[in-house]
Order: sequence, then C-alpha cells, then structure tokens
Amino acid sequence: MSSPEAATLPNSAPLSTPGSAPELAAPRAGFLSQESRDIIVKGLWTQNPGVVQLLGLCPLLAISNNVVNALSLGLATTLVMAMSSGSVALVRNFIPHEIRIPAFVLIIAVLVTMVELAMHAWVPALYIVLGVFLPLITTNCIVLARVEAFASKRSTSHSVLDATMMGLGLTAVLVVLGGVREAIGKGTLFSGIDLALGPVAKGWVIPLAHDYNGFLLAILPPGAFIGLGLLIALRNRLMMRDNG
Amino acid sequence: MIGSPYILGRNSTSAIMLKVMLALIPGIVAHAWLFGPGIWVSLFLCSAFAIVFEALLLLMRGLPLKPFLSDNSALLTAWLLALSLPTLAPWWLYAIGMLFAIVVAKQLYGGLGQNLFNPAMIGYAALIVSFPVNMTQWAAPVGLADHALTLLDAFDVVFAGQGSISADAYTSATVLDTWKTQARLGTPSESILSQPIFGWAGGQGHEIVALMYLAGGLLLLSLKLITWHIPLAFLAGLAATAGVLHLIDPTQHASPLLHLFSGGAMLGAFFIATDPVTAASTPRGKLIYAGMAGLLTAIIRAFGGYPDGVAFAVLLMNVCVPFIDTYTQPRVFGHHPGHSKGRKS
Repeated sequence: MSSPEAATLPNSAPLSTPGSAPELAAPRAGFLSQESRDIIVKGLWTQNPGVVQLLGLCPLLAISNNVVNALSLGLATTLVMAMSSGSVALVRNFIPHEIRIPAFVLIIAVLVTMVELAMHAWVPALYIVLGVFLPLITTNCIVLARVEAFASKRSTSHSVLDATMMGLGLTAVLVVLGGVREAIGKGTLFSGIDLALGPVAKGWVIPLAHDYNGFLLAILPPGAFIGLGLLIALRNRLMMRDNG
Repeated sequence: MIGSPYILGRNSTSAIMLKVMLALIPGIVAHAWLFGPGIWVSLFLCSAFAIVFEALLLLMRGLPLKPFLSDNSALLTAWLLALSLPTLAPWWLYAIGMLFAIVVAKQLYGGLGQNLFNPAMIGYAALIVSFPVNMTQWAAPVGLADHALTLLDAFDVVFAGQGSISADAYTSATVLDTWKTQARLGTPSESILSQPIFGWAGGQGHEIVALMYLAGGLLLLSLKLITWHIPLAFLAGLAATAGVLHLIDPTQHASPLLHLFSGGAMLGAFFIATDPVTAASTPRGKLIYAGMAGLLTAIIRAFGGYPDGVAFAVLLMNVCVPFIDTYTQPRVFGHHPGHSKGRKS
C-alpha cells in the first residue's frame, strides 16, 4: 500500500504557501516559535476548516464554481478573519463574558462591511459576481469559530496568525474545488479573471480543451457536494497513509 | 441463530440478478425489433463500462474481484441504465452514466447493499442534468425513421458521431416531451395525439416495449422475486395523480393511459423502484414509498422542466426509505402496537 512518495505527500499537499516554509525546515527554528509553527500547520492542514472542521461550507459550496470566484471570496474571508481575530484579541479583556457572542458578531459585521465597501469601490465587477456571499461572511461560522475558540483567549499576534492560516487553509480548499469544478464543468481555468484584475487580464483565461461542450453537473450545486466529498476522501486517504 | 422453517435459500445474489435480467429480455427484444439495433450497442457499452468501473473500484478498495464481479449486480445496473437512456447517443454519454452509477452511487457508498440511491437512476439523473440535448434525442420507431440503421451503422453513430447521416433522420422527441411542449403552446390535444409518434396508448413502439416490461415484471412476481406492493402502488399512484390532473385540465395534462405506457413508467414500476437495496422493505412501507414515487412522477412530468420524472421520483423516495421503514414496522405478534419500535405516542 505504501509507495516511495507517500512519505512526502502529506507535507506538500495543502497548496504550500510562502508562509508555511518554516515548518518544513524544523531543525533551524528560531525565526518562528514552536507555537507559531503549530498554528500554521493546524490552519493549513491538520485542522483545515474546509476538509477537516467542515466549517464555512456555505460559501465553499456556493461560490466554488470557478477559480477566480473561489480565490476572491477565500481571500476576502481570510482578510475578515485576520482583522476580526486581531480586533477581538485586542479588546477581549473588556468584553463581558455573558454578551461576548453578540459583541463578536458586531465587530465582525463592521469589518465585513468595510471589506464589502472596499470591493464595491475597487473591483465592482467582482463585487456583483460574489453578490450576497460577501455580506454573508458575517454569518460564516469559521470566522466566529476562530474568534470564540482562539482569539478570545490568546495573544493578538497569535490570533492574527491563526485566523490568517485558517483563512488560507479554507482558501486553498476553495481554489482546488473551484479549479476542479471549472475544469470539468467548463473546460477552462481562470475564466472571469478580468473581473478581478481589470481588462488587461482578459487573455489570461486558460482553455483546457477545444470544442468542449461542458459538463453542467460540475458547475451546479451537486458538483460542489461531490467534489468536496472527494477532496475530504483524498485527504483522509493521505492521513491514513501517513499514520500507517 | 437458526430459525424455522429450515429451508435453504436457493437464490444467490447472482442468480436473482440473472433472473431479473432474464425478465428484461422480452422488452429488449421488442425494442430492437421496433427501434432498430441501437439498443444492442448501448447495452454492450453500458455492460462493458460497468464491469471496467466495478473492477477498478474493487481493486482500489482492495477487495477480491471474482466474488463481487460475478454477483451480476453491476451488469443489471448497466442494463437498467441502458434501457433508460436514448440509444444511438455518443459513447461517452454511456461512460459518464456508468461512472456515476457504479463509482459514485454504488462503490463510493460501500458497494452492493450499502447504497442509499438506486445506482442506475443516479446515472440517469447526472446525465439528464448535464446533457439535456443528448438525452432527448431518442431513436425513432423503424417505420417512422427516414433512415433505417444497421448494427454497423449504429456502432458508427455511437463511436464516430453522426457523420453523413443527420441525427434528425433517425431520432425523434419522446411523446412525453412532445406533449409537454405542444400543450404549453396551446395546441389542441387531438392534433397532438394525431402525430405519428403517438400510438394507441403511449408512444408508437414504446407502448409495445412497455407491455413487454409488464410481462417481464409479471414473471418476476410469479418467481416471487418481487412482491405486488411496489409495482401496483407505483402504477396506481401515477395513474391516479395523472387522472386527477387530466380531469382538471385535459388540454394541459395527458391521459393516465399515456402516462402508464410512455417514458420509464413500466420499467420503473417493476424493475427500478423494486430494487431491494434502495426500496422500502416493510409491506406498508412499500405501498407508501411506491405510491409516493408514482405521484411524484406524475407531478414532475406535469409541472417539471424535464421530460420524464421516474428517476427523480425514485431518488427522492429513496431518501425517505429509512424514515418510512422505521415508522411502518409491522406489529410483532403478542406485542402491544404502542410498544413497537420507532413509534411515539
């Protein structure tokens, strides 16, 4: 059952981001504390919100029909998560325990409104495509989950790092799912990229096949459920190999 | 545990599957006779893809090939899907249908006996949602087609595309499709029914095939492989709902007779809704499950966007089966009904 590359797969699988490099070079630690490295690995892989905690699935399933939508909403969510976890960690000692949840939600709602207005101002086309899912970040359970489970108890810097890594972990799953659905459903990658980057990016869409008639099921909601199920299965498979 | 009456069952899974396939043969032969040899190509392709996908998934799951491949269940799924799909469709349509039936609906759920949904109907639903155009080009009855295809022509059409012969020369819409589009346009029902694709009861040719499925279903009943509950409740639910709709507005809703003898009604009633894994298993549960499936079929046909509703109706009722089974457990002899499992006062 085990193959030579099996040992290296789990580490390289979660779309390695520049920030995750230190965890591979464990011996010469020093740049990041053990605790920070734990937070990074948890957010991106062992506690990944998309395929392990299964939190924040509403946008994951609804907006992952192509790469550009998935990446945009993923990054917007990450930004909101980092800001809200940081803000809550700053004021956590001033919020009465009994009313902390409404207070957290208010803080998150303010930050979401800011991101929404900013996207409306600078990327209006993308703002229209993402539609209701931008304001819905407020109710996305992964944002509140990190605020309540982590930021309300820990230092500000660790809270921001945790929220960023959880957000990037979710974004990675969104992008992979969006890429698979777009490739199978439409036969392209990065369609609609001009909505995010302006008309200059119009030619950056990658057609994967000519005369492809499309496979509607992958674009429709069932494609999201089946695709996410397969991603979770793939990750479980990798973890099983890892643990023998 | 040994329970009376100490009679060894003679029906292995593979023998049951084989008998069900045998019961399909009258319908298949009638189909080949009335609609040309395309059905042989689609049956062959679906069977081949079914065995390939089943073997592949068994290998991936680390299970032995021989006992699972020889239970004939994949082959039966392939036949049921092939008979639900238009013949003379491109080969990849059959491949994708079998991929969803065998890989997604059956093996990913844990193999035979573990699947929540009827595999053949998952294959059909995935295809009709994704490729509505290919799924509505049915082979025309031999007498009505401008171009009679030989078996070689059929292979050619399936693998190489239509080539010199236009698809319109050998395909036509189904009666359910025609009725729906024409009735919504306001065409009087007499002039719809006088079109050549309509026969005396359902679609021309299709009604004979449906009768043959009925005969095959009665064979299954006489072999005691299925009970009367599901087919009767399904057909009654379909006919009653269609009848009520027809009485309310005969210009928009076709007669119950047309509903019974067109689309997948007969095949669904005897061969698809009766799947022992995904159907309800208590006698009262079977009546509720199949009656509701018949009702939903009529409603989807009348108001839905897709030409036939059997697949979606069966799949929707598949979801309800655990619920139905829990609440319809028969009373155990000697026990008070109030104490039976799953019932709350």
